[in-house]
Amino acid sequence: MPHIHASGLAIEFPLYHLGARSLKKRILANSPLRLREDEASRIVVQALRGLDFRIGAGERVALIGHNGAGKTTLLRTLAGVYEPVAGRLEVSGSIGALIDPSAGMDPNATGRENIVLRGLFRGLTEAESTGLAEEIGAFSGLAEFLDVPVRTYSAGMSVRLSFATATIMDPEVLLMDEWFMAGDADFMEKARAKLETLVTKADILVLATHDMAIVRQWCSRVIRLEAGTIVADGTVEQVLGPA
Amino acid sequence: MLDGSGLPQAMPATTYIFDAAEPRRRDRALADLDSGLRHWRLPVALAALDIRNRYRGSVLGPFWMTLSTAVMVAGLGLLYSSLFKMSLVEYLPFLAVSLIIWNTINQVVADACTSLTSSEGIIRQLPLPYSVHVLRCVWRNAVIAAHSLPIILVVFAATGVWPGWGGLLAIPGLALLGVNACALALFLGMLCARFRDIPPIVGSVMQLAFFLSPVLWRPELLHGTARAFLPLNPFYVVMETIRGPLVEGGAPAIVWVSAIVYTALAAALAFVFFVRFRGRIAFWV
Repeated sequence: MPHIHASGLAIEFPLYHLGARSLKKRILANSPLRLREDEASRIVVQALRGLDFRIGAGERVALIGHNGAGKTTLLRTLAGVYEPVAGRLEVSGSIGALIDPSAGMDPNATGRENIVLRGLFRGLTEAESTGLAEEIGAFSGLAEFLDVPVRTYSAGMSVRLSFATATIMDPEVLLMDEWFMAGDADFMEKARAKLETLVTKADILVLATHDMAIVRQWCSRVIRLEAGTIVADGTVEQVLGPA
Repeated sequence: MLDGSGLPQAMPATTYIFDAAEPRRRDRALADLDSGLRHWRLPVALAALDIRNRYRGSVLGPFWMTLSTAVMVAGLGLLYSSLFKMSLVEYLPFLAVSLIIWNTINQVVADACTSLTSSEGIIRQLPLPYSVHVLRCVWRNAVIAAHSLPIILVVFAATGVWPGWGGLLAIPGLALLGVNACALALFLGMLCARFRDIPPIVGSVMQLAFFLSPVLWRPELLHGTARAFLPLNPFYVVMETIRGPLVEGGAPAIVWVSAIVYTALAAALAFVFFVRFRGRIAFWV
């Protein structure tokens, strides 16, 4: 069964290229709690500190918290981008990450080429990826612009392409950042319908968001992060109070 | 409606376990290399895209490299053959092969420094094997270098000097160069991601190495002790395993031994470094 188990999970970002020692001392002296000096006397930001949680199949988890609380870092860690410096993480099930819509997009290549590239990133063959182009192109509604370099796209068109390309998957564990709110009204409706199918099909959803309406609509559990630690974990009513 | 149901299972259901107390770094590094090689289509496609982007809008594209190398071979050939008092027929094949191999080495090394930092956007968003970025860098350079091969053929035809069947020994030489390129792209890519002062140092070292290695001058021009130390120069031995079979009727055994030892050392160093610091790359780039 798909599940996520984390115990004592910690991520630290070393701040390289800081330069002189005196500068380092100054930074540490005025530091909020999250900067510390590690054994090799580097300054590190403690992005996530000792997280313990278990997410089972069927759960819809919202990660909430202020900017910089560690939501996206946690998503990236769950996706396998960052290796934890301490603790244990176990993620079972195929992972689909919608963290950055434009990840791996090449602005100089055409929309179609980017779709093929994205397919290859996923481990598909070239033929399978090319087959996807039609499907994705139709969904994005880009029509003839599909054969034009992406750098000439308007912001709305890029979002359409990114969204259509990124959401062509069928994962068991869906990790999602809240970027999907962008896009024009006409496309939003299509996008929302698409996301809903994706979310319904996935066994686990982990969603980082600021929008409490979305949390109440889609999620069954809320984890509130603050300065890299979990400060609240419970059902939507327990954490956010009654609607 | 688009639902991806027609897709083959692109991501087989797996369990990703990471325990900081027991990182199993070697297994992860081996799995990374294995998966990068198995998905070789991805780096090849990325490299093709890189080359197209680099030369977008250019009429000659990568053949500009061919042209500039051809001009350089012609110019240096005329000058240095008279400086070294050699006939053009004798010197030109040597110079053409030398320059093309050296340009390839030089470009691989320069590009190796950015093999990981240039893929920062992908590394921090998608959990791909790092070896994909390394292979992308190596393949990109291999394809660009291949554009210069016609020069060698033209020079061979013009001077009437052909290597014969012994020239096939250049193939293991090329393989050694390929292994070195992969090792360097991995090692320098990581080192330069962590320490941003490395690329200028590498640039200076390569410039020095160009003059200290027998690229323009024949190794026979050295005498005594200097000649004896020549096989210690890694640039010379790797270059000679390709150049020797093509223009000098084969390379000495000591050159092959030295080239193989250096290649093994480079690969071992890169692998050890990769095993130890693989998990840190995402934080470095």
